[in-house]
Amino acid sequence: MDYSYVFLILLLPALSFLVLGLAGMKMSHKVAGLIGTCSLAVVTVLCYYTAIKYFLIDGRDATGLFPTVTAFDFVWIKFSELLTFTIGFRLTPISVMMLIVISTVSFMVHIYSFGYMHGEKGFQRYYAFLSLFTMSMLGLVVATNIFQMYLFWELVGVSSYLLIGFYYPLHSAVAASKKAFIVTRFADLFFLIGILFYSFYVGTFSYDLTAMPELHQNVAGVAWVMPMALFLMFIGGAGKSAMFPLHIWLPDAMEGPTPVSALIHAATMVVAGVYLVASLFPLFVEFAPEALHWIAYIAAFTAFYAAAVACCQSDIKRVLAFSTISQIGFMLVALGVCLPGETSGVDNTVEYADVNGLGYMAGMYHLFTHAMFKACLFLGAGCIIHAVHSNEKMYMGGLRKYMPITHVTFLISCLAIAGIPFFSGFCSKDEILVACYNFSPVMGVIMSAIATMTAFYMFRLYYVIFWGKSYYETHKAEGAHQPHEAPLTMTVPLIVLSAITMLVGIFGTLHVFEFGEFVSANGIGFGTHINWAIAGTSTVLAILGICLATYMYKGEETPVADMLARRFPKLHQAAYRRFYLDEVWMFVTHKIIFRCISTPIAWFDRHVIDGTFNFMAWGANAAGETIRPWQSGDVRQYAVWFITGTVALTLVLLCI
Amino acid sequence: MDYSQFFNMIPEATLVAILIIVFLADLIMKGEKKVSSLALLMNVLLVVQTAVCLTAEPSSAFGGLYVTGDAVNVMKVILTAGTLIVCIMAQPWLGRADVSNKAGEFYALVASTLLGMYMMMSSGHFLMFFLGLEMASVPMACLVAFDKFRQNSAEGAAKFVLTATFSSGVMLYGISFIYAAAGTLYFDDVAAVIGNTPLAIMGLVFFFSGLGFKISLVPFHFWTADTYQGAPTPVTGYLSVVSKGAAAFALMAILMKVFAPMIEYWEYLLYIVIVLSITIANLFAIRQTELKRFMAFSSISQAGYIMLAVIGGSAMGVAALSYYVLVYVVANMAVFTVINVVETRGNGTTKMNCYDGFYQTNPKLALLMTLALFSLAGIPPFAGMFSKFFVFMAAAQQGSFWAYLVVFVALINTVVSLYYYLLIVKAMYIKNTDTPLPTFSSDCNTKLALTLCTAGIVAFGVFSCVYDWIAGAVL
Repeated sequence: MDYSYVFLILLLPALSFLVLGLAGMKMSHKVAGLIGTCSLAVVTVLCYYTAIKYFLIDGRDATGLFPTVTAFDFVWIKFSELLTFTIGFRLTPISVMMLIVISTVSFMVHIYSFGYMHGEKGFQRYYAFLSLFTMSMLGLVVATNIFQMYLFWELVGVSSYLLIGFYYPLHSAVAASKKAFIVTRFADLFFLIGILFYSFYVGTFSYDLTAMPELHQNVAGVAWVMPMALFLMFIGGAGKSAMFPLHIWLPDAMEGPTPVSALIHAATMVVAGVYLVASLFPLFVEFAPEALHWIAYIAAFTAFYAAAVACCQSDIKRVLAFSTISQIGFMLVALGVCLPGETSGVDNTVEYADVNGLGYMAGMYHLFTHAMFKACLFLGAGCIIHAVHSNEKMYMGGLRKYMPITHVTFLISCLAIAGIPFFSGFCSKDEILVACYNFSPVMGVIMSAIATMTAFYMFRLYYVIFWGKSYYETHKAEGAHQPHEAPLTMTVPLIVLSAITMLVGIFGTLHVFEFGEFVSANGIGFGTHINWAIAGTSTVLAILGICLATYMYKGEETPVADMLARRFPKLHQAAYRRFYLDEVWMFVTHKIIFRCISTPIAWFDRHVIDGTFNFMAWGANAAGETIRPWQSGDVRQYAVWFITGTVALTLVLLCI
Repeated sequence: MDYSQFFNMIPEATLVAILIIVFLADLIMKGEKKVSSLALLMNVLLVVQTAVCLTAEPSSAFGGLYVTGDAVNVMKVILTAGTLIVCIMAQPWLGRADVSNKAGEFYALVASTLLGMYMMMSSGHFLMFFLGLEMASVPMACLVAFDKFRQNSAEGAAKFVLTATFSSGVMLYGISFIYAAAGTLYFDDVAAVIGNTPLAIMGLVFFFSGLGFKISLVPFHFWTADTYQGAPTPVTGYLSVVSKGAAAFALMAILMKVFAPMIEYWEYLLYIVIVLSITIANLFAIRQTELKRFMAFSSISQAGYIMLAVIGGSAMGVAALSYYVLVYVVANMAVFTVINVVETRGNGTTKMNCYDGFYQTNPKLALLMTLALFSLAGIPPFAGMFSKFFVFMAAAQQGSFWAYLVVFVALINTVVSLYYYLLIVKAMYIKNTDTPLPTFSSDCNTKLALTLCTAGIVAFGVFSCVYDWIAGAVL
């Protein structure tokens, strides 16, 4: 049980960030990239070793659970005995799983970026920021308490901001990074308030109240505190995880380099909200199951909304961005449909894990599989953008001939996200649907419908990129470049990620690999059994969605799709413009907040506060000018001042 | 006469020995390397002197004319170390052709002023004190006039001599009132009999004015700007830190010891003088374009801060004042070292606008100067912030409304001082000019002085043991 080496997992990326950040400009691109990649390779090895040790070597303890191991916990600020702010490293089944996800995807992205960012200005800066992000994200998932999580949460936000705005000469990149930062920061304000509520009433920053039963009485009297605090914390998570209506930053965040989108805006940072809810899951189930269900409703709506928008986007990265929002919705729905056990809270039986707590396992499972196939999709999109130098679908088409590896890996990932058996998405999505039907048939039907939409829009994307009319062939005469397959550094990560997707899918479908053995709501391992009524239906629906997409988009021309767009112009336009949500936010911020609140405050600041200080500065300057003649250089006058001063001081003292 | 009494005043005796050795060495040494060997000799001797002061024990001699305590010995260490830095940083200037033949004189004069300051701080009698003061003043005038062929230097010295004479007169007048009020001039006896009579108050204020001149408190400060500007830069540095520190300590000791029964009177005196010094000096400093003149006003306002420690008359104030002087020595000497380098290498210029773009050509010097200015302005984590904190605390502990008001005014003035210290930083880093100063390669003496000062600025702030040492010796 010796995990003393794990501090390296945080230290190495931090050092790599410092070295690259301070001395990066003096290095060549290659050296800088190698420093970042090598340090991350070591981190990846350490994470895998930790996972193997945690799950397989050390295994379950006497009570049949995976123990919560605190590798180290360094006291930073001590407010009181219970309310102590520590920074540490905590291993639980989900945090170990997240270590695997983050290190794998981050390592793949590091390798991929060698090719993708080749020759870019600021290459060293890019790797420095990647290291910073990886360090922050790892620190977030291993946090021993909510406050440490919040600290790294903000660091993650900053590194995301820096990476989205990587191409800072571009106006759109700057605007997008600002938008992402402000929106998530706005949500984080609620997170902070939630933490303050929680710590004030409960008296601890810890996630786990079961270890401290004496604290239960602190919340017993004030029933509203826990639901309120937990829901406020969830709002912070909703900001990071792009839940409606705080999702508006994520599509714009695609302005960043594509590997960054794969790492931050598909696989890791955006699922921080899911991870937060999962970490607080025992608290949610025990104190606020209603709040948990509200999360499910919000997430279901978000999943539907994002899937609808994704059907009409023309920029391939935006399609993927909305698909990510929709899939995160799936994960949160899965968590939200969990029910309390026999008495209240989490119940320690296999039945609980398999029925009421199934959603927890399913959500985490989907987080894991989604991270792999969505990262693969984004990296594939990066290869395509690299080849055709545009994000717009009109410049693509017929690429399967020119980019075979990208084509195959993209197809595998699309099948996975659509939920076809023997691909990883099937296993996790199926469990989510089962959990939804357990909760209520209505929820199940809705989520099945959204799953069908997912299959449709992903294959729409697939067909317009790889099939259909080739832009190169039709515009050859005008000097269009021939698309070419990406270099090896870029295709290897694609192959690795799609291989993981395949392997998890095959072994998962055949029940050789059981995610539930490792992660479950109450820690008790269980094997899933496929509910063929649901799995069969969803598979058929997914295939229907794919067929529809094939029918509409496979050919050189897309008469059906064009006709539909003409037939329902308003609907199409609204979906294309993301149902005008950005405009609504613009109206709220510019017309209401800026005009009615900020303008008067700005006026007060400019005229009253600045005026006061300007007056003081002017006064000091004017006084300096006025007394200047005193220093005349005339010694006789000095003597007069001297004696006058002495006499005056004597008189003052005599008078008091 | 019992000559064995001299063994009770070891630091003074060794300093006299140093004075004689340097004087003789100046006569004996010949040849090209004379200046550097003299410098080496002087520096080594001053290091020895610092060590002597460190090990000195409290003592008294000559029937109470001479009295020292632990606090005095700590102050002697600080001042001797300051003098050492002055001697090191003076080297580029002393190497100049028209000055080099007088290097020995410079050291002898410095040693004798230092001896005067020692006597001033360790006297137990007003006349002894007055002798020490004059012993520190007269050679100081010679030092100010050291570049006697430069009109500025001569003018500065003339103003210094005239004002010093005048202030000595006022002070003697005050001492005569004190004698009239108390019938004795021994510190201990005066403290026992002096009361709040108008005569005693007049004696107090007139005596205070005489020392106010040395510390350059407003309204006795007028000579400061002209003299600081005219004097050779190392001498200006010496005046601004060592001479000022000694006088401030002596004033504090006498106020706390001799005038202890009149504390409510001299506290009001301090309130008025401190507020005037800090505010008026800051207002003048804002407008300066000449760096040495600017530093003169800066030193006047710093003197105000130093005197804050005296309010309340507590032992903590003694520690705070000594610590403030120590930190002020290193920070101010760093600034003057840079000024000195620029002046000797850059055509004798001390105009502030000559520092435009200084960072481009001399990044290291600019950085060290910035650190020193930050420390003077009291920006954490540099030592200046802590020294300001301690004097504020000493003053605030007095607890009366007026003390708080004075501390508040002083706090506001730190903001003003931040403005003008940053003006120099701005000139060095932000302003651009087509003709920045050329790149200097500093000699090893300058490097040594700057290293010592910067180490002090950083270390005195980070390591609390320095303050603990001072406080331990005083309390």
